[in-house]
Amino acid sequence: MASVPSEYEFFIDPGRCIGCQACVQACSECDSHKGQSMIQLDVIDRALSTQTAPVVCMHCESPTCADVCPADAIKRTPDGVVQTARKARCIACNNCVLACPFGVPKMNTRVSLMMKCDLCYDRTSVGRRPMCASVCPSGALHYGRRDEIERLRPASQPVSEFQFGRQTIRTKVNMMVPARAPRAIDVLSGLAGTVVSHELTDSVFAGDLEKNLFVATPGGSDPADRNGG
Amino acid sequence: MSERDRQLGPYPEDEHPEMLRRFGPHLAYRQELPPEEAMEAERLVDTHCCFCGQQCGIQLRVRGERVVGFEPRYDFPFNAGKLCPKGIKRYLQNGHPDRLLHAYRRDRSAPSGFRELPYQEAIARVAQEIERIQREHGPDAFAVLSGASLTTEKTYLLGKFARMCLRTANIDYNGRLCMVSAAAGNKKAFGVDRAANPWSDILAAEVVWIAGANVAECAPITTDYVWQARENGGRVIVVDPRLTPIARTCDLFLPIKPGRDVALFNGILHIMIEKDWLDHDFIARHTSGFEQAAANVVEWTPRRTAEVTGIAERAIRQAAEWWGTARTSFLTHARGIEHHSHGVQNVLGAINIVLASGRIGRPGCGYATITGQGNGQGGREHGQKCDQLPGGRDIENEKHRAEVAAIWGIQPGELPRAGVDIYEIFRLVDKGAVRGLLSLCVNPVVSLPDNNFIRRMLDKLEFFACIDFFLSETARFAHIVLPGSLHEEDEGTVTQIEGRVLKINKAVACPGEAREDWRIIQDIAGALGRARGFTFASPREIFDELRAASRGTAYDYSGITYEKIDAQKGVFWPCPSHDPDGNPTDHPGTERLFEPGSWNPIARGSGPFYFPDGKARFHPARYSPPAEEVDGEYPIILTTGRVVSQFLSGNQTRRIGPLVDHDPEPRVEIHPTLAGSLGISDGDWVRVRSRRGECVLRSRVVRTIRPDTVFVPYHWGGRKSANQLTVSAQDPISKIPEYKVCAVRVERAAGPPVELGAREGKG
Repeated sequence: MASVPSEYEFFIDPGRCIGCQACVQACSECDSHKGQSMIQLDVIDRALSTQTAPVVCMHCESPTCADVCPADAIKRTPDGVVQTARKARCIACNNCVLACPFGVPKMNTRVSLMMKCDLCYDRTSVGRRPMCASVCPSGALHYGRRDEIERLRPASQPVSEFQFGRQTIRTKVNMMVPARAPRAIDVLSGLAGTVVSHELTDSVFAGDLEKNLFVATPGGSDPADRNGG
Repeated sequence: MSERDRQLGPYPEDEHPEMLRRFGPHLAYRQELPPEEAMEAERLVDTHCCFCGQQCGIQLRVRGERVVGFEPRYDFPFNAGKLCPKGIKRYLQNGHPDRLLHAYRRDRSAPSGFRELPYQEAIARVAQEIERIQREHGPDAFAVLSGASLTTEKTYLLGKFARMCLRTANIDYNGRLCMVSAAAGNKKAFGVDRAANPWSDILAAEVVWIAGANVAECAPITTDYVWQARENGGRVIVVDPRLTPIARTCDLFLPIKPGRDVALFNGILHIMIEKDWLDHDFIARHTSGFEQAAANVVEWTPRRTAEVTGIAERAIRQAAEWWGTARTSFLTHARGIEHHSHGVQNVLGAINIVLASGRIGRPGCGYATITGQGNGQGGREHGQKCDQLPGGRDIENEKHRAEVAAIWGIQPGELPRAGVDIYEIFRLVDKGAVRGLLSLCVNPVVSLPDNNFIRRMLDKLEFFACIDFFLSETARFAHIVLPGSLHEEDEGTVTQIEGRVLKINKAVACPGEAREDWRIIQDIAGALGRARGFTFASPREIFDELRAASRGTAYDYSGITYEKIDAQKGVFWPCPSHDPDGNPTDHPGTERLFEPGSWNPIARGSGPFYFPDGKARFHPARYSPPAEEVDGEYPIILTTGRVVSQFLSGNQTRRIGPLVDHDPEPRVEIHPTLAGSLGISDGDWVRVRSRRGECVLRSRVVRTIRPDTVFVPYHWGGRKSANQLTVSAQDPISKIPEYKVCAVRVERAAGPPVELGAREGKG
């Protein structure tokens, strides 16, 4: 049976996202969910920033969505892909939608079926690249080998471990973070911080040079650290 | 029709509401395709996107005579499968319910304002009216407007048709609204007009300087090149009045006051001279005019530069230091510095800091404008400009006239002289000098500035024939509408952002009575009884004549064939068929211009630039303020531009549902400080008024724009059109309009305009 080759991995680099929706539009071209996108493009806070971030399924090693499914409708195939709910089993209870720490599964109420990103299984299981990572113009979504991403992003590292309180989640999909950042992302502590700084954009147009230079976020001068407002 | 509307010019759709129901814009969605069409495509056609100047490779999924989807085209080197949302959804224009399948004549008694008529009758009517108008008022009384989304074959044919068949001087094109300031500046400085470098040179740049280019929204794939340069250790400087997505994560953002770009470039050159960050050897050996340029920037001290540009002095010094001390660099700009009444000066200012650095013509050392339209490059080379003949020749140059006349088999004296630019053509309509018009691939009702004037002028024309695939806002004024071809219904070449000549492949046949634009032009020539020179049987035959016509010019396509384009996945011009000694050669094309020791037909070995002495030219770039400064009555700067989901006048993208859903309507971007002082909250209806018109649109209150400036995207027509507000001031050299600066006042509106929704809803 066809499966996703292990040497190919998915990398998300939200700092590169330009909000163009190419991923969303390409996702909705998939024959298995015609006209409907399985990707959520988050606008962080448009009043403050043009920052956006694409959300695709992280394909957890131990998927919470599957753990909470009372109908055993969600399967993770041996290649690590968490499949969309099986229509014959899904009872549209919404447990997975509520439980997923990344907020990925969507309930299609029209057909009473949970639908989510399946890493374009029709493509990736036969050696092709997923739609979203194929088209992404800015490299915010990338599908390729690990040595390739290491060469392309020397100042970043892929991370696939996330801490949600006491729950540790390991994922098939990688998040690109600065090279010197911790090897695991503490999601809750991130929630406490400011996502976008008012002061930064304000000072830019006030001609305040010290903040006008986008070079100094704490932690270093690596390019991947220099994410401004 | 209200008195005010009468003054502003009519909206044909007001008199015929049925027009919108019949011709749209309607929104196409994939879900509406018949289910069997969503099945596996029967074939994949390698071609390119129909939208911007990057011309990304794309595969179209085709079933029967219908395009049913897309596939990433991984093997095309520029984009390697990447696409923006417009390219992904472009297939929804095919088989669209609004597609024109017949010729139409305007008929006020018809509910939709138009009635079908047989194609041949329509052609005969066009020929009769051309003949009548030219007989009664002279050949120049009939004008031709064309566009830079056409294949180069079509642009060549249109230039030839205007000059040789119609013998009118008055042909011009919508590249006049787009790339002409860059083109004029490049010709003045380098003697030739093309991106100097392939985009791969961006990757090796230590500094990438982006001036007035909303790269992420207008050239999205270029974003990856810029950010890869930064991954490789480069720094990115962005100059823009708005903190655009590319500016969000740049290394240095210079939030310039609109209309002050030349001041910034002069200020940078001033510091480079002061600190001696100059390549003296390059300046001495490969340029002229440095002393005059240097004298011109003496007054541009960092302090004065800061005062004029609104950028902090230390930020200017920091930019100059990074630029001045870099070993490699890439400077790129777009409409943000070009759409000005001094757009050419802005471009010359940018080129001055490139030449002073000596960083051009080498790997990782580059300069380019980001071409806007699909064939913005090819479309400005081969004769659809009012002052130009094929091969970038000058229509007022006797030698050039003789060369082209010989190719066309006519006497040089039969060629008209230079005509006037697209805006001036409408001023000639006002004066009664131009009475008739044929347009193809241009939507001036939406795209020209101060467009209430344009609507009045179209209404005034004695005869207007419009070739289009959808009934654009402009086509609504036509007496005869001829059904032309969509991008996927014809073949030919385009030249993209880097100067790479590409092949557009035909995926499907024209539906109904629609036909390829070049056939329509030839049918008109035939109906006029002047078919000689217009009997091409295919785009390939036109291309072969174009190649011959370009041979030996700076814009040499003679060595390019459709087969070579396929084999090499694009061929960069110049690509001569013969070497300097006249022997046939198999030239691979020229990726990078101005390389040391390179040969070109102007310098003939004396240097890498396209002047007889082989040297590039510095020019003193003179500062002047915008044509319309803010004042007490109109205290806010309006700047206009694009959004990622829409393209140009929106005639295609406003009919594609998923793209419209992304940006359903234009919004006025306004800083919270300014919004607060005007009592405006996010999402409020606001009235933006200039001396020329007004529109009522929703606000978007954001901190990502200068507090003295508001932004409105220009893709919409009718009463949502931003170009009701813009000023028709033009650059004296390039004739580009000043879309990027005019003075407006902004106030909270009571609610939406009554017309809105009726005019252009889901239809």
